[in-house]
Amino acid sequence: MATMDRRDALRALASAPLAAAAITWTDTEAVAASQAAAQARQTAQQTKAPYKPKFFTAAEWATVGVLVDVIIPRDEKSGSATDAGVPEFMDFMMVDQPTRQTAMRGGLAWLEHECQVRFDKRFSACTDAERRAVLDDISWPRRAKPEMAYGVTFFNSFRDLTASGFFTSKIGMADLQFKGNTVVMNWKGCPPEVMKKLGV
Amino acid sequence: MQVIRSRDQYDVCVIGSGAGGGMAAKVLTEAGARVLMLEAGIDFDPAKDSKMMMWSYESPRRGAATPDHAFGEFLAENGGWTLDGEPYVSAPGTTFDWFRCRMVGGRTNHWGRISLRYGPDDFQRATIDGLGDNWPITYDDIKPYYDEIDRFIGIFGTNEGFRNEPDGIFQPPPAPRCHELLIKAAAGRLNVPCVPSRMSVLTKPLGDRPACHYCGECARGCAVHANFSSPSVLLPPAMKTGRLTLRTHAMAREVTVGADGLATGVLYIDTRTGRENHVPARIVVLAASACETARLLLNSKSAKFPQGLANSSGKVGRYLTDSTGASVNGFIPKLMDQIPHNDDGVGGAHLYVPWWLDNKKLDFPRGYHIELGGGRSMPQAGFGGGIQRYSGMHESREIGGYGAQLKNEYRRFYGATINLSGRGEMIPNEDTYCEIDPNLVDKFGIPVLRFHFKWSDAEVKQAKHMQETFRAIITEMGGTPMGNMPGENANYGLANGGRIIHEIGTTRMGNNPSTSVLNRNGQAHDVKNVFVTDGGPFVSQADKNATWTILALALRTSTFIADERRKGGL
Repeated sequence: MATMDRRDALRALASAPLAAAAITWTDTEAVAASQAAAQARQTAQQTKAPYKPKFFTAAEWATVGVLVDVIIPRDEKSGSATDAGVPEFMDFMMVDQPTRQTAMRGGLAWLEHECQVRFDKRFSACTDAERRAVLDDISWPRRAKPEMAYGVTFFNSFRDLTASGFFTSKIGMADLQFKGNTVVMNWKGCPPEVMKKLGV
Repeated sequence: MQVIRSRDQYDVCVIGSGAGGGMAAKVLTEAGARVLMLEAGIDFDPAKDSKMMMWSYESPRRGAATPDHAFGEFLAENGGWTLDGEPYVSAPGTTFDWFRCRMVGGRTNHWGRISLRYGPDDFQRATIDGLGDNWPITYDDIKPYYDEIDRFIGIFGTNEGFRNEPDGIFQPPPAPRCHELLIKAAAGRLNVPCVPSRMSVLTKPLGDRPACHYCGECARGCAVHANFSSPSVLLPPAMKTGRLTLRTHAMAREVTVGADGLATGVLYIDTRTGRENHVPARIVVLAASACETARLLLNSKSAKFPQGLANSSGKVGRYLTDSTGASVNGFIPKLMDQIPHNDDGVGGAHLYVPWWLDNKKLDFPRGYHIELGGGRSMPQAGFGGGIQRYSGMHESREIGGYGAQLKNEYRRFYGATINLSGRGEMIPNEDTYCEIDPNLVDKFGIPVLRFHFKWSDAEVKQAKHMQETFRAIITEMGGTPMGNMPGENANYGLANGGRIIHEIGTTRMGNNPSTSVLNRNGQAHDVKNVFVTDGGPFVSQADKNATWTILALALRTSTFIADERRKGGL
């Protein structure tokens, strides 16, 4: 497959600084590359075994999967947190930054306990309304009751990690319409339409 | 274990491969010297090792910090506030945080490329306000060297004609980003001048280096060498001479001396094998970083120099300073719901605020500059953190919860936070210094540093002024400062000593051998074939980041060495 990765592209730029030409692929090369990539993705999806978490237990994993999608659901603009691989990201971070582990495990246990007390069910087995009843009590720090403080602390941190995982994913960056991380031959600064909007 | 003694004598042994060491190696090899460079860390070449333009999702950690990469996994630096097996100590009741990079190029791989000349006043502060000491050199002495590095390394900026922010030989600056224009407008209404930054990033090709491609990731190391780092700019020409030998994983332990009191070479440890090596050299240039150089000199004890090398004054390790630092984040509603656009630019702010006030009219003696942050940069680990803190800032309602509305809040707030950071001048004081700890050694058996650090009222009041100014600018932008202003008990948010990573001054230069370590040429008063070209020779901080001055001083000292060698004086 004829490919030119970014590094090669940048090397090419470096070797011809005055040419100021965009790096181009021939149409045939581009089509071949994108077809090969699509094929590879499909094959990977078909043969992929389900992800086995390294940190989360099976019960925790079920809860995490439900909770991240309650926090960042699919909408008209983009997919959900699980579509973006947020649980896998969290699992990785728990192993990578072990100091997070106790708060995560304990927070999930707190949530399960709360659901047991209120509904005699695990969080993942609760109805949507039941989940909301608990989450409404811990996801608004300003109005939360003092006895919910442990849940609030957990939820703040879990929400942060969900957002980080989602918006750093390919899906999340597309959702935000992130336009950078690209080679700009001629930097022009703040676009005129934004200047106009800001009044500068 | 027996020391491996090399018979091959080098003209010069340079310890450290960062700004000061890289410059010494370039100048001296080009002047014909055979140079051995010792680097304690790993090999690093941005052309092959940079993670430039990697997407956050290409790593499972999405850019989060690791033990080896304290500021994020994609960044170039190999180092951090702690290094495994290489401890340091803060004396009881004081705190100093020491950031070290163990790699070719040292901290030139990490820095923000903010390249500010010291001005005429910065060399003569004692004359102006009676505090600290004057340098033995003036701005006129160093100006030709600043000019030369401007031309050779490349820097963008604008000539503004400010008295103490000297003009330079600048490439055109990049056009400002949107939030920077908004900050500039508000600052202007408060009579705070906001001008183009001065950074060593090419906006025009220079030699065989291309102009910046504006990916915003200078700190990852530039794979095309469009910004300055020692391995991008200084080491290649030195290598090209064929006279530079670069030895990595070489931890210097001691500068050795002969019966005549001159340095004879350097004893170092191969960090991979633990073996000790001795390499003879006619001249030794220390460029290991201000504190590491002080440590090396203090550990180089001999019958002739029982207090350590070049330390008859007892001043090695003294006059240590770091820049002051305080910062405020501001939420700016005007920047919400942004029209999507590429905000990357160069790796750093395109505008900055040089010190603009007259200290005679203030209750503290020295100034600071302001660094601007913000924009729609690539989301990385930590993105979206603490969204509940935006409650009440935009509308009275609380921000939080979950679900579709929350998801939309993240979109709306993306790029709506700015940051203003002050970097100011600390005055050297008697209570701030480093020395050798009497009990502790590192994993190589080398005695480690013990730091003493104390802010004076001058720095604390300056931090208060930063807080008040930044909050006023944010408010003037129609925004809300995030977090309450820290009070006097928290030094108004003044960062711990060392945190700004501008530590300098441990081997200061001066005309009097009893109050300084080096002469005006960066040459040890006590040992004429020992020189220092890192941040050690500085007599004072300024309200400017140190690197451009480290480079200019290193060029000046290296040129002096080359001239002396030519004349047979060394």
